[in-house]
Amino acid sequence: MLSYAIRRTLVALPTLLVIVTAAFFMMRIAPGGPFDSQRHLPPEIERNIEASYSLDKPLYEQYFIYIDRLAHGDLGPSFKTRDFTVTQLIADGLPVSLKLGLSAMVAAILIGIALGTVAALNQNHLIDHVTMSAAMVGITIPTFVTAPILTLVFGVYGVRLFGYDISLPVGGWNGGAVPNMVLPVLVLALPQIAVIARLLRGSLVEVLHSNYIRTARAKGLPSHIIVFRHAFRAALLPLVSYLGPAVAGLLTGSLIVENIFGIPGIGRYFVDGALNRDYTLVLGVVICYAAFVIFLNLAADILYAALDPRVRYEQ
Amino acid sequence: MSLAPPLVDRAADRAETEMMERVLDLKGRSLWIDARRRLMRNRAAVVSMVILGTIAFMAVFAPILSPYSFKQTDYDLISCAPGWWPDKTVMCNAGGAHWFGTDNLGRDLFVRVLYGARVSLAVGIIATLVSLIVGVVYGAVAGFIGGRLDELMMRFVDILYSLPYIFLVIILMVVFHRNFFLLFVAIGAVEWLTMARIVRGQTLSIKYKEYIEAARAAGVDTFDTIVRHIIPNVLGPVIVYVTLTVPAVILAESFISFLGLGIQDPLTSWGVLISDGSKQIETAPWLLIFPALFMAVTLFCFNFIGDGLRDALDPKDR
Amino acid sequence: MEPIFEIHDLDVRFTTPDGEIHAVKKANLDIAEGECLGVVGESGSGKSQLFLAAMGLLANNGRATGSVKYRGDEILGLPQSEINRVRGSRITMIFQDPLTSLTPHLTVGAQIIEALRVHQHLPYGEALRRSLEILDLVRIPEARNRMAQFPHELSGGMRQRVMIAMATACGPDLLIADEPTTALDVTVQAQILDIMRDLKKELKTAIVMISHDMGVIAGIADMVSVMRGGDIVEFGSVDEIFYRCKHEYTRILLDAIPRDDHAGPGAYLMPAFACDRPELLKVENLTVHFPVATAGFPFRKIKQLRAVDDISFELRQGETLGIVGESGCGKSTLARAILKLVPPTDGVVCWSGRNLSPLNEPEIRPLRKEFQIVFQDPLASLDPRMTIGQSIAEPLKSLRPDISRKEMTREVREAMARVGLDPVWINRYPHEISGGQNQRVGIARAMILKPKLLICDEAVSALDVSIQSQIVDLIRTLQREFGLSLIFISHDLSIVRQVAHRVMVLYLGRIVELADRDAIYRDARHPYTRALIDAIPIPDPRVERSKVRAALPIELPSPLDSRSPLSFLKSRMIDDPDAEQYRPQLIEVAPGHLVAEHDAY
Repeated sequence: MLSYAIRRTLVALPTLLVIVTAAFFMMRIAPGGPFDSQRHLPPEIERNIEASYSLDKPLYEQYFIYIDRLAHGDLGPSFKTRDFTVTQLIADGLPVSLKLGLSAMVAAILIGIALGTVAALNQNHLIDHVTMSAAMVGITIPTFVTAPILTLVFGVYGVRLFGYDISLPVGGWNGGAVPNMVLPVLVLALPQIAVIARLLRGSLVEVLHSNYIRTARAKGLPSHIIVFRHAFRAALLPLVSYLGPAVAGLLTGSLIVENIFGIPGIGRYFVDGALNRDYTLVLGVVICYAAFVIFLNLAADILYAALDPRVRYEQ
Repeated sequence: MSLAPPLVDRAADRAETEMMERVLDLKGRSLWIDARRRLMRNRAAVVSMVILGTIAFMAVFAPILSPYSFKQTDYDLISCAPGWWPDKTVMCNAGGAHWFGTDNLGRDLFVRVLYGARVSLAVGIIATLVSLIVGVVYGAVAGFIGGRLDELMMRFVDILYSLPYIFLVIILMVVFHRNFFLLFVAIGAVEWLTMARIVRGQTLSIKYKEYIEAARAAGVDTFDTIVRHIIPNVLGPVIVYVTLTVPAVILAESFISFLGLGIQDPLTSWGVLISDGSKQIETAPWLLIFPALFMAVTLFCFNFIGDGLRDALDPKDR
Repeated sequence: MEPIFEIHDLDVRFTTPDGEIHAVKKANLDIAEGECLGVVGESGSGKSQLFLAAMGLLANNGRATGSVKYRGDEILGLPQSEINRVRGSRITMIFQDPLTSLTPHLTVGAQIIEALRVHQHLPYGEALRRSLEILDLVRIPEARNRMAQFPHELSGGMRQRVMIAMATACGPDLLIADEPTTALDVTVQAQILDIMRDLKKELKTAIVMISHDMGVIAGIADMVSVMRGGDIVEFGSVDEIFYRCKHEYTRILLDAIPRDDHAGPGAYLMPAFACDRPELLKVENLTVHFPVATAGFPFRKIKQLRAVDDISFELRQGETLGIVGESGCGKSTLARAILKLVPPTDGVVCWSGRNLSPLNEPEIRPLRKEFQIVFQDPLASLDPRMTIGQSIAEPLKSLRPDISRKEMTREVREAMARVGLDPVWINRYPHEISGGQNQRVGIARAMILKPKLLICDEAVSALDVSIQSQIVDLIRTLQREFGLSLIFISHDLSIVRQVAHRVMVLYLGRIVELADRDAIYRDARHPYTRALIDAIPIPDPRVERSKVRAALPIELPSPLDSRSPLSFLKSRMIDDPDAEQYRPQLIEVAPGHLVAEHDAY
């Protein structure tokens, strides 16, 4: 088990390097530079600025300088927001995005698993069809549609639920206060809830038809033991495989959610940076995201091996 | 994809013909025919095919269906609700002629939704085709050759798979300045990953089947084996996945349009219409409702058809 | 004596998209205390569904009506919570495939303890102690270590013992065994049946033994019920059924079984073989090794799996060589290595005097006309998307490209008629015809080029008993007609006896005995061959129950362990698993009779 974990970790590091390199060179290929949109400056001053940002050196040299600085934890200065380094900007935005993303992930997993289980245990009954159809809706409607709808319902008009008037703030982060977080997290999590529910339902149904569940029933075990002790672990496996893409999906969604709800996370830095050719900023964000995703995939792989003892001995 | 299911009489007709053919032993009942029969019995799938066909028809014949052009502006009729809208205050005088109302430049929404259908469906189908070709070739090669090459190729796919595709697409769009054609390629280039995985998985599972060994023993060479045996047996899951990729691509395009990196004015797609509409949800909700409705229904249909195909081609997967 | 289990008018139906299936038609059965009921039938007879329905384990689309009483109480149709009091503690069931029937992520110990704690509410320590007791009862060595292992880490025989342990943990009145040994090797099967007989004697458990194998039934049953197509066609004591059966179907079943010990009406013995025929195939020191990655830290060690290890023999024109062995002995790999479908690691294969080893694939291809193979699983060896006509024509297309369409169709029809298939089926698909017919298609495909050598790799193992004898007859007829040489591979010694002139016994990739057929069956010298022959269940209750069997090591040693080939020559074994070991040599104990060195037993 340990050797498996170490082997997987050793693979992750070169992967990160590849991604950084790819992003670096891709940004450079784009025509145009960070200063194009500004007023035309006298050539000597332009050269000075370029020198201070090392833009005058050959491309491969710039690459090595970048990697060197990266190894020391220095992500370089932001080309556009002159007063801040990329590291500072990311340090500001990352915790916000992380909080949003992790909350959404947790919500998606818990709610998705609950819904999927209920549907699977009542296979082909009404509640199965209802939940799965609702899930389909959740997948096909994009976040930038659900966001305004939910905002209208819960934010602008308000809703009366269980005797309480619910009216949520429609934007702003407010330092991550809970009422501000409800809507963005919900909108972000919705597509993932749907996918996880469908995935788990399919997987659980299949496991419940397998031979060892028949043995468990023949053993006279009560239903809850059969489902939670025997079936669940095997049924969760496809879900663990989906964790990687799920996180990718959340990151994608966060770009939009941060945009709509005005949340100061790193998502908007990415979009702005891409549009403004702010190389270091974009690279910094990409590195953050990539590291996060890779780390999560690693965790998912290890979790998979922990759940399924057969994997540890295979190649 | 066929449009209408056979009428009841025709079905009985065919059943009798088939029985006769079998008595005379002229024709066997291939797995494809079985699958098609199962698909036609799936009501959700059949209804979806009808609806999808209708939408496609409307998209193709959009210019005939509406007297307005999709870029024709009318500054007298800005943001008018359609004629039958309950709230009469937002209606304008000539609003009745615009079935879906108008947008903030006075353009007819109905015809724009249909043109949006053209673009979205085109993007969906073309990008899916791109991903199909790249994915099938990549996956078949990796699966069939196996060994180190397979490991390497799949590692590459694993890496790309875990990256949020949107980043790649955004970078590509920025690099190449919102090229319309490139949009197809970019999105397709992202969806091929799952296609490659599926094809490779199928190829692997078939590669070790006994009938492939039997073919070798019978002297069939590699190329013929791939063409005669592997490809027909890989098609099933590939077809299912193709019908499930199209909606994913349409969604992806809408995301990109929302961020302002997609289709440019005056061309439109459902993504653009929805993103514009969602910004005016309080003042002119019909601008969001209609494109969103069309897109949602289309995506639903593709999903139902995909599920139906999956059930039809492998009935064990219930 | 009052029956403890009564089935009255039990009727089971399934609703499928293709129509309703009537699996069990109003069955009536009684089981007395401590009695063993054998239920025999071929596939589709309903024998499994009957008892699945009685236990309340039917699939969702199945419906059971009638009455099932345990000690006078009705249990059919009870809600799950009610039936769980009886199921698993008083009435238990074990299934055919122990690998998929045990939960993969729970240790073996956890699964046994669970049964004890749920039904008897024992505290953990007590349950643990009792589990170890039961594991000893089913003769699992090193029980403590085994408890912490996962199902996939055990061999097939071990897993089935664990299933039996789980089922007898609470001391049930009735144990229902659904084809428990069908998926196991014949020597392992003999061990499992011994255990079950002992359990019956010691714990006085009533047993239901469901099997298609009359020999297994003869060895353990007191009463026998014969089923066909959902009906019980005959019921009686074991003596009545085997010695004085009344129904024609029972007669068919009994006759179809090749008898090992004497020539009955179904048996056919090969005529003596003339030794002056030309030599067709010569295999020398053939070796096939596969690299396998095993556990290690930080990187895994690569060990060599010796699938085929230094095998040599010759085959003459018109001769049949039978190759027998259990799973893992390398017989299938050997067949493929001879045909160069798998590249040999070492050794020489000579065909008609020509060395095949240095040839590459395009060079061998034209020679493939002369040697062909029939596979075990008829459905898996035919491409499901091709008609059977296309499958049969395939060798023609690739090895005789000059042939015209018309000529090809004619030859295909001829080939079909030759194997007993109506040529009018030429456009049918494999899933539309039965297993036996599909196997005929496989044979037609192999024979269409009129090869000189036909390799049958377990060609009849996946078929029902009554069909097996038909296919064996067909193969023998073809051999006579075409002067074929045959290599007949099987784990079933009684079938091999009917087709072979000479027999070769394999164990972990090496030859342990090679001799004429009569010499093997009457005068086997090697302990493994003796054990194999002894283990075959004879469908004769008196003979079967009085048999004394040679003892074998409980488990097949790992093929990766270099000490394994010395299991029968322990006197020469060095204890280190990685050291170079002595290889037992073949000794000629009589003319044409080779035996591997072994310790006297």
